[in-house]
Amino acid sequence: MATRQTRGLARLMLAPSVIFLFVWMIVPLAITLWFSFQQYNPLNPINDRFVWFANYVIFYSNPAFFAAILNTLVLVASVLAITVIGGILLALLLDQPMWGQGIVRILVISPFFVMPPVAALVWKNMILHPGYGVTADIARFFGLQPIDWFANYPLFSIIMIVAWQWLPFATLILLTSLQSLDGEQKEAAEMDGAGFLSRFWYLTLPHLSRGITVVILIQTIFLLAVYAEILVTTNGGPGFASTNLPFLVYQKASLEFRIGQASAGGIIAVILANIVAFFLMRAVGKNLDK
Amino acid sequence: MARSVTTGHKAIATAGAWIVALLIFFPILYTIITSFKSETEAIAGFDLIPSFTTESYAEVQSQYNYFKPFLNSVLLSVGSTVIALAIAIPAAWSMAFSPTRRTKDILMWMLSTKMMPAVAVLFPMYIIFRDLGLLDSRIGLMIMLTMINLPIVVWMLYTYFREIPGEILEAARMDGASLWNEIVYVLTPMAVPGIASTMLLNIILAWNEAFWTIRLTTTDAAPLTAFISSFSSPQGLFWAKLSAASTLAIAPILIMGWFSQKQLVRGLTFGAVK
Repeated sequence: MATRQTRGLARLMLAPSVIFLFVWMIVPLAITLWFSFQQYNPLNPINDRFVWFANYVIFYSNPAFFAAILNTLVLVASVLAITVIGGILLALLLDQPMWGQGIVRILVISPFFVMPPVAALVWKNMILHPGYGVTADIARFFGLQPIDWFANYPLFSIIMIVAWQWLPFATLILLTSLQSLDGEQKEAAEMDGAGFLSRFWYLTLPHLSRGITVVILIQTIFLLAVYAEILVTTNGGPGFASTNLPFLVYQKASLEFRIGQASAGGIIAVILANIVAFFLMRAVGKNLDK
Repeated sequence: MARSVTTGHKAIATAGAWIVALLIFFPILYTIITSFKSETEAIAGFDLIPSFTTESYAEVQSQYNYFKPFLNSVLLSVGSTVIALAIAIPAAWSMAFSPTRRTKDILMWMLSTKMMPAVAVLFPMYIIFRDLGLLDSRIGLMIMLTMINLPIVVWMLYTYFREIPGEILEAARMDGASLWNEIVYVLTPMAVPGIASTMLLNIILAWNEAFWTIRLTTTDAAPLTAFISSFSSPQGLFWAKLSAASTLAIAPILIMGWFSQKQLVRGLTFGAVK
């Protein structure tokens, strides 16, 4: 249907997006890769030289690196577990007939729109603060000692904040997915005498599997990159207790000026993200063929 | 509806859902309440009824010149979204209506660029921005936000455009419409809802972006994300002022977000869940 002229025009219209994105991605990544093989310190350039894989070796033998990788994985896995299980339960609840469903939906989705620094500071000061936070007020009401969350459970505190931000996302996606479930199928199952649990297990859950996959993959991309929440609460501490990989790379580059090591860490982060991306692309790509 | 819903069932679901919803919303609600308290009230213990003073709002403006980061947030999120749309609309149009063998690969590749962790290119971006004199500049940050949201913009527009039936375009062509007329009189009216949704979601994403906006700014171009982050130290804002600044920072986007729930699902799942 398209003439040669429109086809040429179509290509021309596509070109800016492709070229900009390509340059935007490839140039900085090439620079990072280059620096990951260098010893480079802008404050102390006397030792700058090509060091092959030394940065990667240093990064591996550095205990902070292992802590950061472990914290990254714990953060991602915990938030995923909380948001997916919580999201399924919430979606099932919100799918029931009720009064004020619209307002309930609005209340539940709201945390997702709160910018990360605000979410983190509100939790740090208003909710979890050992002196003036709401949890401290509750503890005192019951005659208990308030908990200093960020000092004693730094990673857990950050997991709580990040899970609060992403639970609405999971709920919204799974609710949307749930509402596309064929009502007749549900009724047929009910008439056949299938109980709530078996209906959930054999009908609802398989139907939700696509939504769950998408939630897990997209959240993983964002959860691998959690940064502002750590910056404004624990600053990675105490020690490296709440340092994840992005935060460690930021510290190496912006605070310690060890650009080579930071770049090696950045490349590791790219590899981690690409493993996830590979599976996400397959899930999304399948949908394109339909 | 064949299944009859008992009032009892509905009452229990209502009660359960409202309790959970209020718990989830509580941190936001309590922030709004605290923003209308005085500083002494704010740290006086749990209390849901403020004295409805607006002194914290006044002080946030007078002490910290709140309007400046707010204006930066507006300019950056709207500006970057408009630029992204200008680049993405032709691209999405071409892929939706003149697809080639490579269209799918290009879409997947665009999606893959979105997955590159920002931190991996922190230092290169920093030196590129420094050498181009773009550090702490609105233009620089606008370009950055445009580029990191471009894949989502292209994708969202593509999924909307693809739903416009191609026969209508063919009919217009048969009637002798030129390509320009086809775009202006046939396609644009049908595409406006999709473009509006895309715009809304991307303003939200740009407003809340909290890595580059913090790392590439100091004062002049700093939007609300950077402004609020600067109060993480103990000497920073007190409870009521922090609440007032936070309430102002999230209010516009919260309201926009409520109107864009459906588009959010579609945009953030790249059309995989509708």
